[in-house]
Amino acid sequence: MNGTHEARRRFLSRAVVAAGTLLVAGCERLSRSEWFPKVLGAGETASAAVARAVTSRKSMAQEFAESERSPTFRSNGTAAPDSDTYRGLAAGGFAEYRLEVGGLVAQPARFSLAELRALPSRTQITRHDCVEGWSAIAKWKGARLAAVLEAVRPKPEARFAVFYCADPMGEEGADLYYESIDLEDAYHPQTVLAYEMNDAALPIANGAPLRLRVERQLGYKHAKYVMRIELVESFAQIAGGKGGYWEDRGYQWFAGI
Amino acid sequence: MASVTSDMPRLGEYLYYRHALPVRLMHWINVFALTILLMSGLSIFNAHPALYWGKSSYTGAPPILVIDAKEGGELGVVGRTRVFGHEFDTTGVLGVSMDASGEPSLRGFPWWATIPDNQWLSMARSWHFFFAWVLLVNGLAYVAYSAASRHLVRDLSPDRDDWRSFAQSVKDHLRLRHPSGEAARRYNVLQKLAYLVVIFVLVPLIVLMGVAMSPWMNSVYPGWVDLFGGRQSARTLHFVAAWLLVAFVLVHVFEVFVSGLWNHLRSMITGRYRIRQEKSHERHA
Repeated sequence: MNGTHEARRRFLSRAVVAAGTLLVAGCERLSRSEWFPKVLGAGETASAAVARAVTSRKSMAQEFAESERSPTFRSNGTAAPDSDTYRGLAAGGFAEYRLEVGGLVAQPARFSLAELRALPSRTQITRHDCVEGWSAIAKWKGARLAAVLEAVRPKPEARFAVFYCADPMGEEGADLYYESIDLEDAYHPQTVLAYEMNDAALPIANGAPLRLRVERQLGYKHAKYVMRIELVESFAQIAGGKGGYWEDRGYQWFAGI
Repeated sequence: MASVTSDMPRLGEYLYYRHALPVRLMHWINVFALTILLMSGLSIFNAHPALYWGKSSYTGAPPILVIDAKEGGELGVVGRTRVFGHEFDTTGVLGVSMDASGEPSLRGFPWWATIPDNQWLSMARSWHFFFAWVLLVNGLAYVAYSAASRHLVRDLSPDRDDWRSFAQSVKDHLRLRHPSGEAARRYNVLQKLAYLVVIFVLVPLIVLMGVAMSPWMNSVYPGWVDLFGGRQSARTLHFVAAWLLVAFVLVHVFEVFVSGLWNHLRSMITGRYRIRQEKSHERHA
């Protein structure tokens, strides 16, 4: 009787170790397969659908008190774009900077920082949530993206705004950062092109001269060093076709979760 | 614990139909989903292996928990875990651990505890959010089934006798004494309470704290997350609830081992649980 118990126990502990190894190895193979990540993607599609269904177009991100601002606002990703063009602009205090807005618009335009500052603005103290898990709170002031769009008059077929940035990414630096949002987010009252952070000019580490704030989404959506905005019907033909630098590398285009 | 009672022999043993098919099925779906959720969750945690209390991570107060590495030791790096200001050397498991090829690597939780086994945040999120739906749908189906079939009322709700036997049940558990005979057909009071806490407190809490981390879901009613201390507190509570569930599973599996492993396993697979009827002692007196 004891022998059988011993054998059973040995069998069981081996079964547990084998199941564990199989689980980890199996998950690894599935992660690298062509088809399984697509199955998993159904979960994120469902989450995005529910998130949109339970909120309205105008539902607002939480805003905070001055006292709740983080003592330092962390810089993540690029801290200073490694390009001659950007360094040249920065050296001149961004006096030569022009934000280009084009694509599917009736009236393409270029905006200097002074012109952007003259547009209707919004100041908000919001929480920045990084996909890694940390959060930081800061005060942002910027031109409402809706005001920029009203100036250029998007054509009816325009569905997304694509933000092209100055920071070269990766070891080769061959790809420039870019992001995209839909027009619903673009016209949201809290969506701004920020030129100030915590009552001072936006620092280079945080995206000078201009960064996007799209408050109901994770940090990687908030493109820094924005140089050009293009309105498009589809982003399938841009870079990796997924609508953003990180999206092309597996992250979700809907970054509200 | 659906009750099916065939002709009972007066002495010896009989098999009793303890777990209905839906309960068995949902139990094993839970085992699978929770395992994947824990391991993919640890993978997500590894992207920023620190926990905070409050609305943001940078409030001026130090983190509650940090897992990182510093120089030193035989490997050149020492895994360091700080909890409420107390520092521990956790080399080998937390902070610094051996990767699959035996080389030391700097990561929060080791490769064998995470899905995927390498640091791959976007893939870990895909796994986590898919199985979160599996857990949620399975959990709602379980609660609906248990209410409709009266499993909840009949088998899980403690009755007056249960409350009266509370102290005795604690003593019995500590002595590893388990009910035998007819008494083994019912869940004991501690068991009922443990299941109820998991079903109605821990799992709802972990799901809600997961939702609380979504910036988009925060906008459903701006500020609702502050009821739980803020987004970073929600992340901490999510982590703590996960380990409380692990603690429950450890105790659950331990109790299964000490009170008849094969009998319990059979009853959760085929539904049949063997009851050994006790011989009357008076006869020998």
